[in-house]
Amino acid sequence: MDDPRSRIVKRAARELTDGMNINLGIGLPTLLAEHAEGLNGVMLQSENGLLGIGPYPQAGQESADLINAGKETVTTVAGASFFDSADSFAMIRGGHIDLAILGGMEVSEQGDLANWMVPGKMVKGMGGAMDLVNGAKRVVVMMEHVNRSGESKVKQQCTLPLTGTRVVHRLITDLAVFDFPPQGGMVLIELQNGITLEQVQQQTEAGYTMRDALPV
Amino acid sequence: MRGVAGKVLSSFADAVADVVAGASLVVGGFGLCGIPEKSIAALRESGVGDLTVVSNNCGVDDFGLGILLANRQIKRMVSSYVGENKIFEAQYLSGELEVELVPQGTLAERLRAGGAGIPGFYTATGVGTPIAEGKETREFDGRSYLLERALTADFALVKAWRGDRLGNLVYRDTARNFNPLAAMAGAVTIAEVEELVEVGELDPNEIHTPGIFVQRILEGTGYEKRIERVVLAGAGAR
Repeated sequence: MDDPRSRIVKRAARELTDGMNINLGIGLPTLLAEHAEGLNGVMLQSENGLLGIGPYPQAGQESADLINAGKETVTTVAGASFFDSADSFAMIRGGHIDLAILGGMEVSEQGDLANWMVPGKMVKGMGGAMDLVNGAKRVVVMMEHVNRSGESKVKQQCTLPLTGTRVVHRLITDLAVFDFPPQGGMVLIELQNGITLEQVQQQTEAGYTMRDALPV
Repeated sequence: MRGVAGKVLSSFADAVADVVAGASLVVGGFGLCGIPEKSIAALRESGVGDLTVVSNNCGVDDFGLGILLANRQIKRMVSSYVGENKIFEAQYLSGELEVELVPQGTLAERLRAGGAGIPGFYTATGVGTPIAEGKETREFDGRSYLLERALTADFALVKAWRGDRLGNLVYRDTARNFNPLAAMAGAVTIAEVEELVEVGELDPNEIHTPGIFVQRILEGTGYEKRIERVVLAGAGAR
């Protein structure tokens, strides 16, 4: 159970609280949907036009007209609503979504996020990510701390094209949790279970300060 | 009844007959959900080329807008996400296909603005990113915003669940998505429906797109309504 990805998911689950309207991005954040089902009054938003995503359908109940933003068949919860894409992004851009949780490719010490484009590879598009990071009340990024070659994805400056500048409120990796306070800079607020400060220091390119009483 | 007779057509070939080479189209749908599959098939049959197509996605290789790509009918595509299509990738990389990527919410609002007679609007979406290049930036209350221009098109292709002979439309579930916005942004909007009903049968309280936005309406039969990713309970997330 304690692989890096499930560690990230387990910690990110604590960001969800009762009553929130939440947009979960594709990839790692999707794994939080099950957790949301156990909370009171949480509504999951899908930017293709649904507030109140339910579980995946039973065999035979799937409908071509009812999908999530990842184009997967879904159901609705009681109290759900459907709307067009302009209303959907009015919710997002207008600050009505309490929390957006997205995957990331790089996060900088200023809270910049890159998650849509790798130069030299086919550009697939940003979808709704640029709207979400600028519009949601709170933006949390879930990503592995280093890439497959062992290079830090937590950077002084993002090297990939940006999704948004100074948009991340909290970054959750398999090693640690960082906050980006309004006055600027990046603050280490937690170490993941079994991770030492030394490990975080070695694997983080970005500059950061530490919260006074860092729980160990 | 005034205007009724003129809107209903019986053939998709007739409905798209005046879509000429070089025309611009805005096409509803999200992924393969809520796409006007009959009108797209009719365009494939007409073979008209050099099209500019505004649509959130571009179908898959053998369905939806993908069939127009495969037949080399699209010159320029305006979308937010096009990752599901290998033919798209090949034509883009060879330079045959022009692509403008637009953030999804900005795309929706550009269409809404186009249909609503608003020439442009400011949004924080995209500030400091590659899509801000060449766009006016303006500060409001200490925050930066980009000027985005409205989008309209010669034709709109939309798909609804039910519609009446005046072009009033009702969509089903998440198949609504970009369709109402496309209907507003098209100079000539061609709506296809699964069920065409008589005027007065739809409850006015429940109409999503008023018929004023629709110039042509047709009932399609034998909808494929392909599902891109069937995921069932117990299968777990991807």
